[in-house]
Amino acid sequence: MSAANDPAPTASLLAEAGDPVGMPALRADLLRVATAGSVDDGKSTLIGRLLYDSKQVLADQLEQVEQASVRRHGEGTVDLSLLTDGLRAEREQGITIDVAYRYFTTGDRSFILADTPGHVQYTRNMVTGASTADLVIVLVDARQGVIEQTRRHTFIASLLGVRHVTFAVNKMDLVEWDEDVFRAIEDETTRISTQLGIPDIHVIPISALQGQNVVDRGELPDWYPEDEDHPTLLHHLQTVEVSTDRNLTDLRFPVQWVIRPGESAADVGGGRWSADDLHDYRGYAGQVAGGVLRPGDEVQVLPSGVRSRIARIETLDGDLEVATAPQSVTVHLEDDVDVSRGDVIVGADEDAEAITFRELEADVCWMSDRALRPGARYLLKHTTTTTVAKVDAVLDRLDLHTLEREDADGLELNDIGRVRIRLKRALVADPYLRDRATGAFILIDEGTNDTVAGGMIR
Amino acid sequence: MSTSLPRTRLSDAMTIDPADARSAGLSKLRALESEAIHVMREVASELERPALLFSGGKDSIVLLRLAEKAFRPGRFPFPLVHVDTGHNFDEVIEYRDRRAAELGERLIVAKVQDTIDQGRVQDGYDPSRQGSSRNQQQTQTLLDAIEEHEFDACFGGARRDEERARAKERIFSFRDDFGGWDPKNQRPELWNLYNGRLRKGENVRVFPISNWTELDVWQYIEEERLELPSIYFAHEREVVRRNGMLYAVSPFLQPQEGETVETLSVRYRTVGDLTITGAVESTASTLTDVVTEIAATRVTERGETRADDRVSEAAMEDRKAQGYF
Repeated sequence: MSAANDPAPTASLLAEAGDPVGMPALRADLLRVATAGSVDDGKSTLIGRLLYDSKQVLADQLEQVEQASVRRHGEGTVDLSLLTDGLRAEREQGITIDVAYRYFTTGDRSFILADTPGHVQYTRNMVTGASTADLVIVLVDARQGVIEQTRRHTFIASLLGVRHVTFAVNKMDLVEWDEDVFRAIEDETTRISTQLGIPDIHVIPISALQGQNVVDRGELPDWYPEDEDHPTLLHHLQTVEVSTDRNLTDLRFPVQWVIRPGESAADVGGGRWSADDLHDYRGYAGQVAGGVLRPGDEVQVLPSGVRSRIARIETLDGDLEVATAPQSVTVHLEDDVDVSRGDVIVGADEDAEAITFRELEADVCWMSDRALRPGARYLLKHTTTTTVAKVDAVLDRLDLHTLEREDADGLELNDIGRVRIRLKRALVADPYLRDRATGAFILIDEGTNDTVAGGMIR
Repeated sequence: MSTSLPRTRLSDAMTIDPADARSAGLSKLRALESEAIHVMREVASELERPALLFSGGKDSIVLLRLAEKAFRPGRFPFPLVHVDTGHNFDEVIEYRDRRAAELGERLIVAKVQDTIDQGRVQDGYDPSRQGSSRNQQQTQTLLDAIEEHEFDACFGGARRDEERARAKERIFSFRDDFGGWDPKNQRPELWNLYNGRLRKGENVRVFPISNWTELDVWQYIEEERLELPSIYFAHEREVVRRNGMLYAVSPFLQPQEGETVETLSVRYRTVGDLTITGAVESTASTLTDVVTEIAATRVTERGETRADDRVSEAAMEDRKAQGYF
């Protein structure tokens, strides 16, 4: 909800701020969350509430918010949405212009929250935020029910391969916690998600303004009893299981950087490595994009197809017995083969033909003021390779109102559509829904160097 | 209210041994570390002349460790650069030089004093003016160093949790000819695909630990057993109280009329100039003590110890637009 229309009538949050959270577990895991909602769904208030109720707001930040609230709404008001207020440029215009990232930790899970604005023209921001998200929270205003924008946000989440979508049905206080209202939204959001093939969805009623069922349960009606099946929003975020989301089947190791120190580097690291160690040293550094890497594994290096075995998986902290996405490691091969940035190490039994692409079909989100027209040439960056790409055809464009695909001869800013792309250099890739890391790419305008699109291989 | 649907799509393609998934799960710190290493290697691959800004502060100390993880046993594919205002803590300068020597990496020191002597900026520091500093001038010195050495990318240790202008900044943050940051005109940053291509005259500031919080940095320092300059730990120091902050008495900051010099047990939470960096009262003398204190703290590090950010609601946003880090 925008700052202007909904200040919370709390006298002083500072006075109520509880004890500090204390030390998060050293072994906390990380959940990347993106939030989506339209301007008045109360997204800023929800995020403010999550941060505030989970005691992540420090005294000087609260003081700032209190002062700003009073300046804007008068004495005795505190507007939690101001906690996430970013830049002066935005405050002056009362809008959110970009993706903002927030951080909080509760118990043994840490969260990175990508706060993406909900305006229709800001599709590109939601795509950006969702590209790295494990889970997307779609805000629904209980008074309005499921609207076009709810469908759009859910669709974008599914397009970006987000496996966990949580619908936060907000402003339940304004419909007097009417169960029928909630059930109708629950049915509709479930239906949409099923259609889209989203594997894990939850629908949770909340009031961000009143602080009900966000972090603390508060007073809730009997139809939302206090049990495991009826979590608060935060409890759900803390417990949702995402460790099985990664592709652990298809080994993909795009080589990012070749480490060849030579003897001249013998003075680095205070003598940890001897000139002899360094003379023949050749390590392939990169981030595992899929599958499981183990010493002894037979592999092939694409595109050359040269075969070898993994000799070592090295890190500064010692060798590893196993590495998976998204670990950054240095791989050594048993044989002296020629490997450089852009090559991809895959399993020996992989059918190289099947994962090597000279032509792609992909869904792209267009992010530039300059429209895409068939025949246009761009740079395409995919894992650690950048190549020249020509968009041969725009196959369709998605009507973001009806979510139907329609014929198109181009894509404009914030359009999503399917295209056929021809590549100068073949890529080792996978369909996006099989592996997000090897199925994603960006397009770069050679003239302006701008990133003009995000793409997902079909 | 949960509806777990049968898994489709992604999972159709996978057969997962749950034990495999669990044991392979990365802790938060290791996930952040992997991300940062990836960012550093991308910059080394895609840009011609990077540099790493090393202040001797905890965040840039973490950057150095990440660079070791990314590039050892190779040499760093960039020098270290310190923008030196001349108003430093001796302990930090000693640490800076020693650390660079231990690593065997090249250190370039760009001095604000030189920029002033060349008449390129006016000294913002005036001993008779309370709160004055060279904070603004270091921007010019940095821009000069970037130009002189033709750096096209500078790694910095800024984090998004530090300040709200930072929360909106990309990991690859492009700067125009004058070092300026335009928040409305940032490139979208999707997945881990960074676009490092520069227009003529542009350079890029890269923040590999964008997604780390202050506590993450401290926990990482503890886990990695990184050495820090001694001022991060409790020590006795002569200080004066000014605007609710504790400032060290130094040649650059003398007690003014009405101020009493006290000797207190203090430590620093951030490292900046002597003229504007406040200390906190503390008896935390070990890393574990400090981490415990930070976890329990109720005030942000910049709110507590940095006068430069207390000037206005948009102090950082304004300075970034002018080329500040």
